[in-house]
Amino acid sequence: MDGDATQDAKVRRTRVVLGEAAARRPATDPARADLAEQTPVGEALVKGLMRAQLALALRLSLVVVAGLGALPLLFAVAPGVGRAKLLGVNLPWLLLGLLSFPFLVGVGWAYVHWAERNEQDFTAVINRPEG
Amino acid sequence: MNPYIVPGLVLVVLITVGIGAYGLRFARTTSDFLVASRSVSPSWNAAAISGEYLSAASFLGIAGLVLRYGVDVLWYPVGFAAGYLALLLFVAAPLRRSGAFTLPDFCEVRLRSPLLRRLATVFVVFICCLYLVPQLQGAGLTFTTVTGGRYEWGALLVGLIVTANVALGGMRAITFVQAFQYWLKLTALAVPVLFLVMQWQSDGRPAATPPAGPAFAATTTVTFSEAATLTLPDGTQTRMAEGEQQTFPAGATVPDVSSVDDHRGADWLLPGGDATLFATYSLILATFLGTMGLPHVLVRFYTNPDGASARRTTLVVLALVGLFYLLPTLYGVLGRIYTPQLLMTGRTDAVVLLLPEAALGGGHLGRFLGALVTAGALAAFMSTASGLLTSVAGVVFTDILHADRGGSVRDFRLATVLAAIVPMALSVYVANMDVSRVVGLAFAVAASSFCPLLVLGIWWRGLTDVGAVAGILAGGGAAMASVLITVLGPPLSGWPAQVIGQPAAWTVPLAFLVMVAGSLLTKRRVPRDIGATMLRLHAPESLRL
Repeated sequence: MDGDATQDAKVRRTRVVLGEAAARRPATDPARADLAEQTPVGEALVKGLMRAQLALALRLSLVVVAGLGALPLLFAVAPGVGRAKLLGVNLPWLLLGLLSFPFLVGVGWAYVHWAERNEQDFTAVINRPEG
Repeated sequence: MNPYIVPGLVLVVLITVGIGAYGLRFARTTSDFLVASRSVSPSWNAAAISGEYLSAASFLGIAGLVLRYGVDVLWYPVGFAAGYLALLLFVAAPLRRSGAFTLPDFCEVRLRSPLLRRLATVFVVFICCLYLVPQLQGAGLTFTTVTGGRYEWGALLVGLIVTANVALGGMRAITFVQAFQYWLKLTALAVPVLFLVMQWQSDGRPAATPPAGPAFAATTTVTFSEAATLTLPDGTQTRMAEGEQQTFPAGATVPDVSSVDDHRGADWLLPGGDATLFATYSLILATFLGTMGLPHVLVRFYTNPDGASARRTTLVVLALVGLFYLLPTLYGVLGRIYTPQLLMTGRTDAVVLLLPEAALGGGHLGRFLGALVTAGALAAFMSTASGLLTSVAGVVFTDILHADRGGSVRDFRLATVLAAIVPMALSVYVANMDVSRVVGLAFAVAASSFCPLLVLGIWWRGLTDVGAVAGILAGGGAAMASVLITVLGPPLSGWPAQVIGQPAAWTVPLAFLVMVAGSLLTKRRVPRDIGATMLRLHAPESLRL
């Protein structure tokens, strides 16, 4: 029993660093406090950020569904598209084997760009000096 | 045998072990072993994720499938790459911000349910085994193709090297090993393809689909490993007995072989139309949504310093993986011209390994490039197997050995060895399992279990532990059952073969539906600290809340 108690004490022992304690000072500006304390205002701010990010992700996945996901249906409905040739290569081979990859990277690049902008907007709202 | 192969393979193994040993000098704590102390830069991390992801299925399998089936299977590489876009859009940054080490950790952070955590552990181990066995099998098959040695030796050799590397160096070491292996794999496909295309030009650009069907480029002797009927385009049939050989002159048409399923002419060149629509969409769903549920991919995201760098890493991965997937298609198409005998033997997975010597001749250039692709194939098995083993060992370490508090490096090594034994034994005893199909099924299981859990867990406050458990059991369980029936059960035909052979089109929506319905019915069980969790998942770290 005693051995357990000392082991527990050992596990619980923590190092206190002045810099860390200083960094844990209570938030001073109100928006930050709203976030940290989960007030309705803070909750609404987070919900707004989530909605913006989710809407962005859904919009871009719609672009991919329209651009890539519709292709099998298109090839089935209009077989002529599959037989069309560009530079001597059948169109489906070009679309799937070559062009789909830069398309995916482009959509990904756009997402990273706009998602970071959403976060900057959010940070700007939180850090805005109250007038 | 090609004299360059053995030195090439030895060199790859030595460099792998060397980088692993170099990494060992930095591996000091358990955290170094599990997540490289989260101090890996995005470009290294992205190369490592890509190196880990491009497995035997990507390096050998896609070219083999293209050679055999043509345009319809191009959805495999597109889906394997697009999976990273889905991961980027819905999961990457919030998952990193959750601060979880493994998928079971995420369940704990988000829903605080020990039952869900245990269920997630079962699925992680199942998916990793499902994915690890074909890697070792692929290693065995390559070993047989290249050296003529026994299948078991190749599988066990790669298994042992990978186990030793993970157990000794852990994640820190394999980050550098995996990054090296991505560039090796890219070089091993990109350099030979330049020479192959030049050869094709100087041969007068022979067509991949001549009107009379594929023809032999050179005099070829084919050995039949099983009895089959050969059918020539004019309708003449020949019976071949097991082990019989036949020599075909250059320019002869490749006969259709009854024991090998492949596409010819317009079937190969043009999309399949509505007959394959269900299978195509099922494949798209499994690969687009399955990547985010693969445990060995997710474990890498914890090595990013913050959410924004997790996003940038994923974008670089998407670009690196997309660059790589431009190449296997060319091998498949050129294989149609230079190695059509594989359509008769059915060993189309060997096309990448055999093409350089077949097209460029048995001179020094052909042999050297042949050794280069073989070294790349070895890197493919080793890197994916290392990544899978690290993630399954991490889960065994924290959830089965219960070493999450005060766990030592020795415990992690024990977990690695424990995690390696089962797949290695399986890969020897289940040698006949179909490699590329099993990899696709692993994606289907991941897409119907972890994808809904992650997407709903990150974006929907209403998710409850009961809903999550019900959804994983319904969707993931159905996918798991389909996998077991496909792999162990009797061969199916007609619509059950489509529905069970490519289950994602119904198991993924099922998992989402059950998860949402289950959560709505148990609204009271929404965790009380959901607001704080969502803040942590979505707020940028720069706020320092």
